[in-house]
Amino acid sequence: MSSTHVLPLRIYFGVFAALLVLTGTTVAVAFVDMGPLNNVVALGIAVCKATLVILYFMHVRYATRLTSLVVASGLFWLAIMVGLTFADYATRGWLGVAGR
Amino acid sequence: MSPETPSAAIGAAAITDEHPPRLAHHFDSYAQQRESATLGVWIFLVTEIMFFGGLFTAYILYRSKYPEAFIAGSHQLDVMLGTINTAVLICSSLTMAMAVRSAQLGRNKAIAGFLVATIVFGSVFLGIKATEYHHKFVEHLVPGDDFHLALEHLPTHHGKPVTSELPTGIVGESRADVALPTAGPKDIQAHTQLFFFLYFGMTGLHAVHMIIGVGLLAWLIRPSLQGRFDGNNHNYVEGIGLYWHFVDIVWIFLFPLLYLVGRHG
Amino acid sequence: MSAHTDFPAHSDFPEPIEEAPEPYEHYLNHRYGLASWLLTKDHKRIAILYLISVSFFFLLGGAMAVIIRLELTTPEGDLVQADIYNRLFTMHGIIMIFFFLIPSIPGVLGNFLIPLMIGAKDLAFPKINLLSWYVYVIGGLFTFYALLTGGVDTGWTFYAPLSTTYSNTPVVVVALGVFITGFSSILTGLNFIVTIHRMRAPGMTWFRLPLFVWAHYATSLIQILGTPVIAITVLLLGAERILHVGIFDPKLGGDPVLFQHFFWFYSHPAVYIMILPAMGVVSELVAAFARKPIFGYPFVAFASIAIAVLGFLVWAHHMFVAGISVYAAAVFSILSMLVAIPSAVKVFNWTTTLYKGSISWDTPMLYALGFIGLFTIGGLTGVMLATLGIDIHVHDTYFVVAHFHYIMVGGAIMGYMGGLHYWWPKITGKLYSKFWSKVGALTIFLGFNVTFFPQFILGYLGMPRRYHAYPNEFQVLNVMSSAGATVLGLGYLIPAVYLIWSMRYGKDASANPWGAIGLEWETNSPPPVENFDKPPVVTWGAYEYHESRVAPSLPPPKQEVMRVT
Repeated sequence: MSSTHVLPLRIYFGVFAALLVLTGTTVAVAFVDMGPLNNVVALGIAVCKATLVILYFMHVRYATRLTSLVVASGLFWLAIMVGLTFADYATRGWLGVAGR
Repeated sequence: MSPETPSAAIGAAAITDEHPPRLAHHFDSYAQQRESATLGVWIFLVTEIMFFGGLFTAYILYRSKYPEAFIAGSHQLDVMLGTINTAVLICSSLTMAMAVRSAQLGRNKAIAGFLVATIVFGSVFLGIKATEYHHKFVEHLVPGDDFHLALEHLPTHHGKPVTSELPTGIVGESRADVALPTAGPKDIQAHTQLFFFLYFGMTGLHAVHMIIGVGLLAWLIRPSLQGRFDGNNHNYVEGIGLYWHFVDIVWIFLFPLLYLVGRHG
Repeated sequence: MSAHTDFPAHSDFPEPIEEAPEPYEHYLNHRYGLASWLLTKDHKRIAILYLISVSFFFLLGGAMAVIIRLELTTPEGDLVQADIYNRLFTMHGIIMIFFFLIPSIPGVLGNFLIPLMIGAKDLAFPKINLLSWYVYVIGGLFTFYALLTGGVDTGWTFYAPLSTTYSNTPVVVVALGVFITGFSSILTGLNFIVTIHRMRAPGMTWFRLPLFVWAHYATSLIQILGTPVIAITVLLLGAERILHVGIFDPKLGGDPVLFQHFFWFYSHPAVYIMILPAMGVVSELVAAFARKPIFGYPFVAFASIAIAVLGFLVWAHHMFVAGISVYAAAVFSILSMLVAIPSAVKVFNWTTTLYKGSISWDTPMLYALGFIGLFTIGGLTGVMLATLGIDIHVHDTYFVVAHFHYIMVGGAIMGYMGGLHYWWPKITGKLYSKFWSKVGALTIFLGFNVTFFPQFILGYLGMPRRYHAYPNEFQVLNVMSSAGATVLGLGYLIPAVYLIWSMRYGKDASANPWGAIGLEWETNSPPPVENFDKPPVVTWGAYEYHESRVAPSLPPPKQEVMRVT
């Protein structure tokens, strides 16, 4: 179980360093015009950072499948909320009729 | 109908005498207690994902509707302070992880030390945040009657000044035969106010969670100094650690979404 | 105890034992005094605390319904002014939904029974369980205070901009009450999920769990994933109201319909929070009183989970005429049809369970049968509402009101009543009057249908909801509805009387007065503090009636039954 699995220090420091590097990267890249890629890169880096924190700082890498399922469900449900809300907003105006 | 065994009078004392210390009476083993605690905290964090999720949904919607206002708003934020704060929070995550690791190893003094370090980093974050809020207040960027985005502070985007134009996001895609009204200068004020409502709402909610986190960390210091935690029993440290990391993750997303919008000239 | 034919029929059960059982220590007499109740960590006592508070709110919400139906007996708005009427139906909805329907079955029956049913000593987090009750009470107090200062007039749906800008009622107070109470829901759901995962007795595998437990697991999933969204929604609502600026404000470019998206993202799954536990109760009742395993157990179990998941995908069917895009409306309409499927699976499976069962007409069974019929009507009219063309016509009419009352009252409340009657002997150790309980059940059933069936017709004919005055041609049906409401109200009073009476004067119940299968029937009535004298080890399935196994760990039945009075 995760709590009894003590990670070696180098993993913690490695993740820490990676997080700082990724932070610097995302700031630097923000000042470079890459068109629509800017958004993708910014979010992608954020997802990488979050993944590192979840897997290593929060021990999910070494936890039960149930824990991973719980985390995944939370993210999936957020996706449902955003996605289906956008089913409305993204399709407004498609019909060409006012208010629809 | 009488009970089958005479020991229906439970004899609570008898049970607790045999029951291992700090194992709650309804659990059968430390492992069960620990796994239950961890699962419980994770389920709570899922509720937090959905809680913040509402604000993220609103953010995504309005950013796609009013991209130029979000660029304008983001430019009013101090990237330097935001970056420093991100680094501070990452440091606090490291010290928190160290605290949990110390708890796993039963090193109570170390737990206390790392807890204090985490509190310090967290407090630095909150201090910087307070400074930023103060700046926004002074610059009339707090949503409300006093809100005013100074037009000379409008940034450029793709070489052109960001003024009000037709919305270009995925929302309200116009057809040739249905013209959308052009937005005027009042609208960039209005839409940027939306940005700042979300800025204060999201970072404010995040800050509230940080303050609660700092309180929880402080609450753990005394038991660790009393040598309370060991490899089998450190659920509170682990649980609060998970909470702290989660709050860090929220900031990991808030930072680019709020501070780094359209930063390229 | 081997051949199926050895299994005694109900009429063969012997007379109950006349002499009082030997006194023993159980959760009710274990300690006395107010502090032992208000500071308890025992899930059984906390269930009783919930029972008292939900009953209080039910009375409050019911009182409002009485005034509403009284007003609606005449076409003119002559009993109360329009503004007061708005507050009445708003507070009726808020109180009934947030303070009765959502907490009732999980808080009372779920809390009491889940540890017993899985063979555990308590829930995973007893202190959090108590906290959930206090949080519920505090949220209720805020709402009660708002009621005392005149109530809110926005409708329980709180739509912006009425709620954010134009209403002159204590919206923030009620929003705070709902916000706080939401945490009670979350804590309960969290507790149940961890308990069901981690505290099952040896041998209690997932597919040996009673379907009541599966239903509460599914309910808890919804509580965890949905409630936080209503929390952030009312927070945003309160912020916009207080700050006079917010993300739903069109003057800033905000969209009031976004409020509706957020609100219904929770509030639609919330209706499944209200119905799933009742379905769990019905599964138990049908199995016990048909003396048969539930047909298609895995399908019923998975249907609960499916309802929980699909229930999150359909919320905008409340918004078909609110201004969402036509394409979104079509998508949500199709998804809403999908969610009807697992509900229908359950109805089919219950019905099939009844086929060739050994049916007994005890009061809990009456409620279960009532549920099946009324929920079916409510569910079918729900599919009608999911159909875009029909909804355009009947949205915001009494058709909708009738639909959801069929589900909530004909379904959820009947499930609650059936469960209360089934497990009352276990909870209190007392038997109630068989005769009066049947009178109560039939009165409720009759009163309910006379109240709400005419409302389908009224809605279809065009009577809008939330109006206190209406055209003369609707009066006959309205009077019929109000007459039914009177009978329904009486119907709820009858159980209140005999159940309370039974606590003092009722005959003592045995461990298993119904001769049912389930771990909760393996221990005495009322149960000891730690539920079981010896932790159970499970080697049988949930409803192994056909094995003629009634009480696996008690000696062969000299069964006691409900005493006929």
